[in-house]
Amino acid sequence: MKQARIAFEGRVQQAWEDNGKVRLADGRRLDESEVTWLPPVTPGTILALGLNYADHAAEIASQAPEEPMVFLKGANTLVGHRAFTPRPTDATNMHYECELAIVIGKPARNVAKADAYDYIAGYTVANDYAVRNYLEGFYRPNFRIKSRDNCTPIGPWLVDAADIADPMNLRLTTRVNGETTQEGSTKDMIFDVPFLIEYFSAFMTLQPGDVILTGTPKGTVNVMPGDEVVTEIEGVGALHNTIIERKA
Amino acid sequence: MTSVTLRPGGRLLSGAVYGCLLNVQDELDRLGDAINEAPYNGAPTGPVMYVKTPNTQVADGTPVVLPADVDQVRVGATLGVVIKDTLTRASADQARAAIAGYTLVNDLTVPHDSLFRQPLKQKCRDGFCPIGPCLVDAADLPDPDGLTVRALVNGECRQQWSLAELVRPVATLLADISDFTSLYPGDLILVGMSPDAPLAGAGDTVAVEIDGLGRLENPLISEGESAR
Repeated sequence: MKQARIAFEGRVQQAWEDNGKVRLADGRRLDESEVTWLPPVTPGTILALGLNYADHAAEIASQAPEEPMVFLKGANTLVGHRAFTPRPTDATNMHYECELAIVIGKPARNVAKADAYDYIAGYTVANDYAVRNYLEGFYRPNFRIKSRDNCTPIGPWLVDAADIADPMNLRLTTRVNGETTQEGSTKDMIFDVPFLIEYFSAFMTLQPGDVILTGTPKGTVNVMPGDEVVTEIEGVGALHNTIIERKA
Repeated sequence: MTSVTLRPGGRLLSGAVYGCLLNVQDELDRLGDAINEAPYNGAPTGPVMYVKTPNTQVADGTPVVLPADVDQVRVGATLGVVIKDTLTRASADQARAAIAGYTLVNDLTVPHDSLFRQPLKQKCRDGFCPIGPCLVDAADLPDPDGLTVRALVNGECRQQWSLAELVRPVATLLADISDFTSLYPGDLILVGMSPDAPLAGAGDTVAVEIDGLGRLENPLISEGESAR
């Protein structure tokens, strides 16, 4: 089952995917352009991975990490499907990052890898934009590059964990204005989903609704105002976002 | 004086908890030339932020469990600023008007030398962010930048520093953060920490004091030891 949080007729509602339509609790079926899409989850904690695909690590750094390279993001970053993300006018390299997002389903503390999937509610798609030229050297990635307002589109759907037979073998694709610019597979993650749940839960309690963004493969390229960026993960969803200009 | 009891996750404290690195002059001075050397390669151009995640947030009096791999923690005595109106690309004056009030925060931290990566294992352990005991209305503390912060271990004052040492005073800090990260009602911002914060271990009781905000006090216990 795929569910969403939307705004429609003046209130926030839960909705479900139904043969390409958006079905409301009262049974009405709407086109996806008729509703306002919200982030499908409202996490307390947003954990994110840097350099978690060897090919992307080689693209922006000298070597792959030996331990997960982890950072945190604020809820200010999240926007839903079909939303807009501002590009500062002094950005020289602002790139998308198509990522599988794990949504935690129950409190997780000291969970072994073998049990990790029991703690997952489901999956969604995230686009973890970075303004690369804002990267600085303290507590990096610093907020100015990675915890910016509206710079983490997420959705459209929260897909039940039971519907994804093997989350470690899903194709990721990004298209900019219809042209494919990024392709990869979750099977190429350096630290896979069960490892990450064991790793995080060894030092902090994860709560239902918490999100782990699992990193992106190679193929991150600069995008400009007006570009439509679609990050898609096989079986999970296609997340649309449009870049707009922000005065620096 | 108007003050109400604060509960982490409650209506008044419903949002994010953000801390700031390098917002105390002495902290910057101690880095010296290292700030321009690898891996830092230069002074930050804006506030350096980190997150105290919801699992860290506990109330006054709650015992804090030190995990088996943590012998000692630094007592991170600081002022917490609670937001009441959304701030996006705000001026300092707008930021000042958007402050609901103030509270005490103990940003417990596993000592670490490198400031290069975000310090999750050092700052995001369960219970590592006592907050409270009260939210004091902004109108009752018109000059937060003149306050003195004290860190106590077992009732003894082990560190004292003045918020006059902040690199960015409270309103300027909020305004500068809001340039890239909006602040929302219920968010809590820790204004910074002075170096030489005392260390404490299991069996100690740690506390934070600021005149007018009372005392935030929590016992530290070891993993496996049950809270009384």
